[in-house]
This record gives sequence, C-alpha cells and structure tokens, in this order.
Amino acid sequence: MPDVAQDTLEPTAASDRNLTIVQAMREALVEEMRRDPDVFVVGEDVRIGGVFLLTLNLVDEFGAERVIDTPISEAGFTGLSVGAAIEGMRPVVDFQYGDFVFTAMDQLIQQASKLRYMSGGQVKVPLVIHLPTGASGRGAQHCNPIEGFCYPIPGIKLVTPSSPYDAKGLFKSAIRDDNVVLFCVHKHLYGSKGRPLAESSISREHVPAEEYTIPLGTAAVKRGGEHVTVVANMLMLHRTLNVAAQLEQEGVSVEVIDPRCLVPFDLETIVASVQKTGRLLIVEENHERGGWGAQLAADVSREAFGYIDEPIRRLATPDVPIPFSPPLEARLIPDEERIRAAVLAVARGE
Amino acid sequence: MKMVMPDVSDARELSTYPLELLEEMYRRMYLIREFESRANELFLRGLMPGTIHLSHGQEATPVGTCLALRDDDLITLTHRGHGQALAKGVPPETLMAELFGKATGCCGGRGGSLHVGDMAFGALPAIAVVGASAPIAAGLAFACKRRGSGRVVCNFFGEGAANKGELHEAMNLAAIWALPVIFVCENNLYAVSTHLSDAMLNDYVSERAAAYRIPGVTVGGNDPIEVYEAIAVAAKRARDGRGPTLVECLTYRHGGHKRDDAATYRPPEEVEAWLAQDPVPSFRQRLVDDARIGASELADLEDEIRAIVTTAVEFAQSSDFPPPESAFDNVYA
Repeated sequence: MPDVAQDTLEPTAASDRNLTIVQAMREALVEEMRRDPDVFVVGEDVRIGGVFLLTLNLVDEFGAERVIDTPISEAGFTGLSVGAAIEGMRPVVDFQYGDFVFTAMDQLIQQASKLRYMSGGQVKVPLVIHLPTGASGRGAQHCNPIEGFCYPIPGIKLVTPSSPYDAKGLFKSAIRDDNVVLFCVHKHLYGSKGRPLAESSISREHVPAEEYTIPLGTAAVKRGGEHVTVVANMLMLHRTLNVAAQLEQEGVSVEVIDPRCLVPFDLETIVASVQKTGRLLIVEENHERGGWGAQLAADVSREAFGYIDEPIRRLATPDVPIPFSPPLEARLIPDEERIRAAVLAVARGE
Repeated sequence: MKMVMPDVSDARELSTYPLELLEEMYRRMYLIREFESRANELFLRGLMPGTIHLSHGQEATPVGTCLALRDDDLITLTHRGHGQALAKGVPPETLMAELFGKATGCCGGRGGSLHVGDMAFGALPAIAVVGASAPIAAGLAFACKRRGSGRVVCNFFGEGAANKGELHEAMNLAAIWALPVIFVCENNLYAVSTHLSDAMLNDYVSERAAAYRIPGVTVGGNDPIEVYEAIAVAAKRARDGRGPTLVECLTYRHGGHKRDDAATYRPPEEVEAWLAQDPVPSFRQRLVDDARIGASELADLEDEIRAIVTTAVEFAQSSDFPPPESAFDNVYA
C-alpha cells in the first residue's frame, strides 16, 4: 500500500499553494465531484488512491459509491463507463498505467469514440480516461507513450498537461466536456509520494485556490524567446525548459511552447511563434514513426512556409521497444543533452 | 458435432394468456419477418447498399423479450439487429430508411443495417463487434440503478459472443454490483459456420452463469411465450435489486450468416427439424388452435403489416441521402 502520510488531500496551509500535478489534479477532481453528483471515479485500487495517488482520500468524502474499486477488468470497466456516460453520468476512469488501455482498445476506439457519430448524434459520451504515460524505469510494458497510440483516433480529445496549474484547469474542463477526453500525464511528473519527480521550473507551481478552468485546445508559451521555437509536451517540455535556461546564458534565446492538448490542437500559437523565430524543433516522447510531431511539422510547413529559415526538425524516441536497464532507457528517450544539441542545430542551421 | 434439435416440450398453453399480448406477439413477429423479407429482396436486387444479416427464424426471441419489458427499459442490439429494433418499437419507416443510408433513417444514415437503433424507443444503436456491447449494457444498467429509475437493460448477444472476454468481464461486474441487466443469448447454434460444440465444452451457454453466481436459464427461443416468461422473471429480479440473469434462447437462423453464405455446413436433418418449428407459422397455428382469434382476422392483420412495410419501403426509397457535407456532423458533441 502506498504511504499516504505526506501526501494529504489539502495543502497544510492556505499559503502553501505550491502544488505538484497530482495534488492539483486531485483538487480538480474533488471540486468537480462536489459540484456535480454525476461525476464518479472508477478503476483499480482507487479507494487507496490508485497507482499515482490521484484519488487519495477521496473515498473519505465521497464514499465507495463514487470512488469505485473494480476487478482487474479494463475492457469491462471502460465499457461500463461508456454505458453510464450514455445515460448521463460523468465517469472518470482511472488507469493504473496508460499501457493497460490496450486491453480496452475496442471499447475506446470502436465504441466510445464513435457511438455518438454512428448513432447520428443520438447519444453523448461524456467520459474522462486518465492515462499515466511515458517511460519511467519499468521496462517495456509500462512505458508506452499512450498519447501517440491514441492521437489518430477520430472523435476523442487528447490532453497532455505538463504543469500543475495547467493540469488542474484542464482536468476540470475535461470533466465538464461532453466528449471522450483522454487525459495523459507523464509518470515522472505527478509528484506522488515515493515517486521521482522530474525537476524543472514548473514541476511545482502556484495553483490558485480560486476556481478556474483552461479551455481544451489552447497552447501555452512557457518561455518567450527570439531565435528558435521548440514545441514539446510533458516530460520533454520540462527537459526543454531546463535546456532553454542554460542556453539563455549562452546567448541563444529559445521560445518554448507547450501544446497542452494534442486534440484539439492550437496550431495558431505555434505558427505565430515560427513566423517570429523562423526555426522550429519538435520534441516528443512518442516513437518517431507517426508521432504528433510529424503532423505538426506538415502543418507548420504549410501554414508558415515563407517564414521558415531552416528545415523543421523532430526529436522523438526511436522506433524500438523501451528496455529496462537504466542506461538503455536513457539512450532512447530524448534527454537534455540531445535536446540541447537539436536546439543548437536548428538555431545555427547546422 | 452434437446436433441440437428444437425442443417444444415446454411450449406454453396459449389459453392462460391475454389475447392482446398474444396478438401483439404475432404482430411483431410477422412484422420482423415481412420487413426482413422485403429488405432482403431490395438488397438482392441491388437497390439497397451495404450488407445485411437476416434474423429469419429468430423472431420469437426479441419479441418475447421486448414484450416483457417496460417501454422505458433499454436494449442493446447485435449485428443481426433488425428484429431486435422492431421488437422494441423502432418504427419500420426510419429503420428501413437507415438500411438505405438515408437522412431520414433512425441514425441519419450514419449507422446502416449493422448499427440500427433509436434511443427514443430505448434501443441503443447496435454495436456490431461481437461481445462488445455487454460492458456497455452493464454501464447503462449501472446508471439506471444509480438513478433509481427501476429501468432494466437487455443485452442481446449471440452464442458466438459467449467466449469473448468482454462478455465475461461484463457479467462479472454486473454480478458483483447487482446491476439490473439481463444477458439475452440468442443461441442460433452457429457463429457463422462454427457450431457451438466446436467452440465450448458446455452444452448450454447458460451454464456459464454459474461461474458468476447469477441465475442462468435456457428456454425455447422459438416460442415467444417461453422467452417472455423467462425475461419477466429476470426483469423482476433486476428491478428488485437482485442483479443480472443470463437467459439463453435456443433458436435457429433459416439462412446463412449473410448473403454469400449458403450455410451448407449444417446437417440437412437439423435444418429440416428447425424449419418445421419456424416461429412465425407455428405461433400462427397455435393462435388459430386457441380459437379466440379467427383466421380471417389474422389474414387482415398480415395485410395490414404488409402495407406498413410497403409504406416503409416507399418512405425509405423516396427519402433523400444526407448531404455529403453532413459527414462532418456529430464527431463531437
């Protein structure tokens, strides 16, 4: 069982609003469950918090009727949530690891994403599926960049927050949305007790106690710059921000943009940045083949062709499974050293 | 292969049932038969696009099931779902228009034969992936239970779905949470060409219920009254908060899986025996024998239904296709 002592539901003091992503998301979930009795959480071990402690202590306030433990039965409880959503409830499905959604892919792709469409608009499926994503030292079956596998599915929304403030506002919007929203969070970004938290300027940040939401499909410029635009999300965004801070000292000014949502996608913010810098690097943890960065590169080529001074570059995970041994995993997942080299290559036209 | 022959030993005496119910059973069975015969003719003549899966021979199961339900109860349908939709009350006009892919279809032409349904009549547009509707039906039932609506959900599936994991996950979830769902197996003995004895050691799909500690019964699926009785018991149990039931209805498809399947894999004596128990004429004969309704009244009823189907075909054929640009509608709510 996870040690819950140091990861309580509320910050200890009103002034202590410097939260991690998991704390911010938990607040969002609590607020939405208080606001709407149709919202419930369902998944494996959610009464003790789930694997990343998203639902920690929620059962105390909302009871086992709204914080529902399931058998290990992903296709079953995903499909069940689709049915409950059709009848007007708002399930939040908690996956231990996003990797396990492969066993529920028929329910996600063939059912959830298209029942509204193929019924001629007769039904709505207001459903949030929380999917921890990315490599985190657990070997080949707990590391999939699940957002990449889900990115091409028509009819879903796909959110990939990187910071606590964004995660809270986006999670609230996702729960209120009338569509299927996949909410992917990198395993190194939760900040749950006992798990490594990637360090950057936005690993923890001030999250206001006041109500706010962030519309799905809006990108955020996380760092202003002049010489080169880097688009990155989740863990890659944190690494890119660290690299950008170093490069600033060396006279390279990097504009860093977090798309925050892959579907819908805010292309305008990125095109505007590329029109200013003339250079674009896309960093993603997806496998390179068919990653969202490939689509973005095509879109920016079309929309900002006359402004691009250098070929658009992509940095992604090579198309191989992810091994366990730490130096092998590190060889494949883009790290700060490789991001730095790629930024400099684009900035200098190498 | 173990042959399963029709068993009519449990066929109910009609005299104890209200004539209104019996007449409605016959009306709906005849409507399904006539509707599908006309659809098949239009399809074979090349006038109807797509593909269709006929339920000729299986009409009694959805009719007996849906007549035992309340109007506000829900059903989920299979790929062989025309009869299930008609039995639940989906109008023949919009159903036929859907088969033609017309804008006036029950799904605006987005679904077609494989995805017919109309939520206004409690019929969730059909899920054509075998077994995939079971968890969704459990979820509909979950919401019905949470809202205290007293509604129940019937999940139709074929015996071909009986070995799919999703069905078993759904039965388990429904069992542990006592969900008001009835798993209705239309056991027509063949999953396309594969006989159930090649697919499971069990003699009956209903044996699987024991694994989840829920009731499982097998009834003659060609007798709408046997089905009606079993579903009524299951529905009461579900409404009383006592959870799901698996009701297996033994039946037989008269034709192949679809147009290009001549169903030559079935022993002739088996086909002959089941055709002799064709639910539509069998039930008609029982009504005549019961003598509360005359043969001429039945003939009038059949004329009326043929006219309804003709009207449905005319409605469908004269309706417009959806505008091409509407292909972009309803991707998101």
